[in-house]
Amino acid sequence: MTELLGVPAPVLFGQLLLGLINGSFYALLSLGLAVIFGMLNVINFAHGALYMTGAFVAWFLLNYLGIGYWPALILAPLVVGAFGIVLEKTMLSRLYKLDHLYGLLLTFGLALIIEGLFRNAYGVSGQPYPIPSALQGGQNLGFMFLPTYRGWVVVASIIVCFGTWFLVERTRFGAYLRAAVENQELVRAFGINVPLLMTLAYGFAVALAGFAGVLAAPIYQVNPLMGQDLIIVVFAIVVIGGLGSILGSIVTGLGIGVVEGLTKTFYPEASATVVFLIMAIVLALRPHGLFGRPRA
Amino acid sequence: MPEAAGGGEALLRVKDLHAFYGESHILHGSEFEIDAGEVVTLLGRNGAGKTTTLKSIMGMVEQRQGSITLDGTELIRLSPDRIARRGIAYCPEERGIFASLDVEENLMLPPTVQSGGMSVQEIFQLFPNLKERLRSSGTQLSGGEQQMLAIGRILRTGAKLLLLDEPTEGLAPVIVQQIGEVIRKLKAKGFTILLVEQNFHFASTLADRHYVVEHGRVVDEIPNERLQENMGKLHEYLGV
Ligand SMILES: Nc1ncnc2c1ncn2[C@@H]1O[C@H](COP(=O)(O)OP(=O)(O)OP(=O)(O)O)[C@@H](O)[C@H]1O
Ligand SMILES: [Mg+2]
Repeated sequence: MTELLGVPAPVLFGQLLLGLINGSFYALLSLGLAVIFGMLNVINFAHGALYMTGAFVAWFLLNYLGIGYWPALILAPLVVGAFGIVLEKTMLSRLYKLDHLYGLLLTFGLALIIEGLFRNAYGVSGQPYPIPSALQGGQNLGFMFLPTYRGWVVVASIIVCFGTWFLVERTRFGAYLRAAVENQELVRAFGINVPLLMTLAYGFAVALAGFAGVLAAPIYQVNPLMGQDLIIVVFAIVVIGGLGSILGSIVTGLGIGVVEGLTKTFYPEASATVVFLIMAIVLALRPHGLFGRPRA
Repeated sequence: MPEAAGGGEALLRVKDLHAFYGESHILHGSEFEIDAGEVVTLLGRNGAGKTTTLKSIMGMVEQRQGSITLDGTELIRLSPDRIARRGIAYCPEERGIFASLDVEENLMLPPTVQSGGMSVQEIFQLFPNLKERLRSSGTQLSGGEQQMLAIGRILRTGAKLLLLDEPTEGLAPVIVQQIGEVIRKLKAKGFTILLVEQNFHFASTLADRHYVVEHGRVVDEIPNERLQENMGKLHEYLGV
């Protein structure tokens, strides 16, 4: 068996793949957090709970309505996005004029409530969700075995991430968003309905979390705590990447996933803490993050 | 002629306008009006409330009272986006060029609110510099170019009333001249312009009338043709 740096190649590549998969989820979630923070000035602690909700919606669709994976990949984000729009309209929008802290407290409370409700109903053991038949099995790449579904997760999330990048950086709607991040008042005085823009931005960002939840369901099982486990790391990633750029969120998300994978291979003891170590170093050297700009 | 504007024809009519930032009461019953096609300036010292007056018209202050009508329609309860959609465009004192947008995106940002706006080609004829710099980030432009972009982008929208806040502030004399030329052309095209200016020599080359703002209200009105005879009074108002 070939070895790389003293580690069997399949093990190394296996960990790298795992890292890329985690990184895909990090990227999808941190992207949404960056959009929400930029537009709404809210640190959305409910993001993990909405990711979990996406997975549960897919599970409900399958188990109660017999609707499978592919439709769920569209429907669950729509449901989560609509739920997000209701949250934004009825609660979050009342807090924009106040300190960040209020938005954080509200969304933290919402996360506890949503997760608590699912936990009461379904416990913490996790519900299995089958891999869709078209994506079962895998490919032997020679140097490693690639399960098809995992390859799909990486590809799908990269496509969605770059779709989002395109939307924000290359379209008229995206120009409204970027301008509103800089100066909402003026954008509104040009005749753009900024409150509506904020609602749509929140709905879109949490729909991304719902999408990630569906992608995750066949890998991690559907578990009320699946969001909680992930979201702390995602916040660290947001801090590392900074909130300035969409591309920054994507690159940092994928990059941190890979770094975690490598750490698991070479120094497993540090794999859970390496993200926070990087965060501390980045904070010390570049307080606005690797890709961030100081905010006015 | 302007004094006779008491009939129904004023395009913009401001009556007993009060504006507040939190606890501070900034405008104290300002009154003035502008007829369609006029260029009118607001003159006044620093802190007199000129910018606040423009922002109040746009609905951008936290709280305002009184009456602002455009073509007879009351605006005082409308949000800034609704006001803009009625055909008023605002060019802020700090220019408000977006750093995360390139020049073209900045130019195309304000949505069309009415038909009859200028085409991008016409805007490039007024401001040839902009055409060369379309791919630059908005804030890589020089101060003068940023000002041109800030004016240019509101000409596309079809708004017929322009609120320009100190468009010549801090700019080199040649650029000031160029902007003066543009404002004259805009007047010729039929735009109505409310212009805030510190530089009344510049203002006197463009404007039909001048309002003097002091302590949050309009305290005097001077037709441009009577500016010379009012110089002494004006120097006193402006403290120059
Ligand atoms: N956001 C704000 N909050 C509180 N007070 C403000 C705010 N903006 C302006 N003011 C105050 O309102 C008053 C009028 O300010 P405004 O900007 O309208 O003056 P101005 O005539 O435009 O002055 P300048 O010639 O310096 O631009 C000033 O006393 C200013 O300190
Ligand atoms: Mg001012």
